[in-house]
Amino acid sequence: MTDAINLLVGLALGANLLALGSSRLPSIIRAAAIQGIVLGVIPLLLKPEFHWLVALVSIGTIAIKGFVIPALLLRALRAANIAREEHPLLGFIPSLLIGASATVGAVILAGHLPLLPEHRGLLLVPGALATLVSGLVLLVGRTKAISQVCGYLILENGIYLFGLLLIRGTPLIVEAGILLDLTVAIFVIGIIVDRIQREFDSLDTGKLTSLHE
Amino acid sequence: MRNLLLHLIPLLLALLALIWPSDRTRPRLLPLAGILHSALTLWLLFQPPAPSPQSWLGFDPLTRAVVPAISLPFLICSFYGVAYLRLRQERPNRIFVASLLALLGLITLSLQSQHLGLLWVAMEGATLVTVPLLHFNGTARAFEATWKYLLVGGTGVALSLLGSFFLGYSAAGTASGGDLTFAALVENAHGLVKPWVLAAWVVLLTGYGTKMGLAPMHTWKPDAYGEAPGLIGAILAGGLTTVAFVALLRVRQIVDAAGFAHATTVTWMALGLFSMFVAGMFLLGTPDFKRMLAYSSVEHMGILSFGAALGPAGVAAALFHVWNNNLAKGALFLSAGNLRRTVTARTAPEVSGLLLLAPVSSRLLIIGMFAVTACPPFGPFFSELAIIRSAFEGGHALATALFLTFLLLAFLGMSRLVFAITDGRPRLSERHKASTALPPGGAGGRPAAPMDRQSPKGSKWPEQPGVILPPVIFLGCSLLLGLATPPALRQVWADAVTFLFGS
Repeated sequence: MTDAINLLVGLALGANLLALGSSRLPSIIRAAAIQGIVLGVIPLLLKPEFHWLVALVSIGTIAIKGFVIPALLLRALRAANIAREEHPLLGFIPSLLIGASATVGAVILAGHLPLLPEHRGLLLVPGALATLVSGLVLLVGRTKAISQVCGYLILENGIYLFGLLLIRGTPLIVEAGILLDLTVAIFVIGIIVDRIQREFDSLDTGKLTSLHE
Repeated sequence: MRNLLLHLIPLLLALLALIWPSDRTRPRLLPLAGILHSALTLWLLFQPPAPSPQSWLGFDPLTRAVVPAISLPFLICSFYGVAYLRLRQERPNRIFVASLLALLGLITLSLQSQHLGLLWVAMEGATLVTVPLLHFNGTARAFEATWKYLLVGGTGVALSLLGSFFLGYSAAGTASGGDLTFAALVENAHGLVKPWVLAAWVVLLTGYGTKMGLAPMHTWKPDAYGEAPGLIGAILAGGLTTVAFVALLRVRQIVDAAGFAHATTVTWMALGLFSMFVAGMFLLGTPDFKRMLAYSSVEHMGILSFGAALGPAGVAAALFHVWNNNLAKGALFLSAGNLRRTVTARTAPEVSGLLLLAPVSSRLLIIGMFAVTACPPFGPFFSELAIIRSAFEGGHALATALFLTFLLLAFLGMSRLVFAITDGRPRLSERHKASTALPPGGAGGRPAAPMDRQSPKGSKWPEQPGVILPPVIFLGCSLLLGLATPPALRQVWADAVTFLFGS
């Protein structure tokens, strides 16, 4: 079971690097979608006995992070008629390097963290930390609204990975509430992205500059 | 059961607002919610329910000390809201009214949460329902502000979830493993895994600090408060920020009990002073009177953090300051909102001589400015005095000196800008001249609509009682709280401090 989980976390880490190194916006969206699906499967493997709420959280995660949100983002992309991140604040090679070194650093760091015995063999903690960093890099290093939304999604995925450590202890209703909130958050972001596209005729957040001191 | 109604009533009324057919009568749901909420709060204030340590929701002494400080401003703002929406009939208000009611419900729910996860869920909900309130004006600038609010606020809320998970993980190995209620965490604090607790404090201080608007995580505030209607600024500055402050007080109780009291004191005091410094610097420079209010809010969040770092006496003073800040901010935001609507501009070079254009609102802004910068008869003076006293008694002479210096900076900055826009000869922006040059009744051709009625000075924003009385009442409450602080309230704050620190 541990091997299967580690394999999935490894896939999620691969999706991070894919998102960091790509200049094509559809590729970034797809990387985030793959990551969402992979993460949705992990709760089923973590809980040995079947529970309907686990299944619900799992199916909900896969449906929303893997399909609904990517479809919304791809639609926004078509409406805005853009396909690339042309002038990122942080280049693609430096982003990749940061992502890769964060992955290595997270694995080393996790070896020194006080983890519970049953979590020692798992890659969940290093996976969570590396995904968090990748999300933050996308969030601050890109200028297109869509890339920033993907960065936010990946950041949330990192936090979700960490939250899986608590799945035995915390009541699942809390997890369900968190999932619900995240869904609404992304929907709201989607609406605002749409309105920005209409108002500014662009999804380049570099153009949002009228508010400053 | 009574305390459950406190958030259920606004949430149900929010649903009702969504299906209410008429734009004209819908805003009346706001005062209805305000009156019911305040009445229930008063009842709970004087007859608190029996404590129920196991449950996830409860009206504990800390909740009791702050809920009225949100309920009262909402009540006053709700009457302003009716007048405001009557004057702004050109914008549909279905989503606005529903979101505002839901915001009240979720703020109350967060304050009553006794569970780490539930607190986060309620807080994230409150963040999200704020979004439609921010872009009510529908301008490009409003959407830009909303986008920045979503990105900065969203990251802050995400970090507070991570911090909650850290804190949860530190408890995973203890006897009561999965119990994430605050009472259980405090009780088992000595068994928590220390490195995770410290990491949780750092991440939660950043995350909830973003919601409070502590520098350097305050960047969303000037944009959001600058673009949102004044009414929303009043409720955010006096409501949502309070919730984040209370969340941090609860987390701090756990972290202190786990043996990190020194670390929490130092970090909170440093962040508080830094926020006051940053706010003071920006207040000295900003030309925009609505962004000025946002920096003033950053400053007051710094004051709260500074006070909370000072142990029991400081926390009591900080809770007093929560009340004072919420009331004074209400007067400032509402009067500034009136002025913004009168002149349709808001920077010092574009606007001056407001005393002649909008005499009542300008005077209210000036008095509100003196109240919020802690001039004697008003409440903030007394709470800041109490904070300074407890800082001296704690032996923080240097920190107190910095605190006083930054207060002075803020006063200089605010008085400079307020007098720049109110004094002098009336000057209007080009945009405003163009819009008032239209023939009377020309805008939209609705002859009887009140917003087309021209006031004697040619303003589209008449100084009606509906938009003037609420800020007057705010100032009156602030004065009352300063001159004659009810002993019952002092007892309520003392109870909250006993609850947090033990007797």
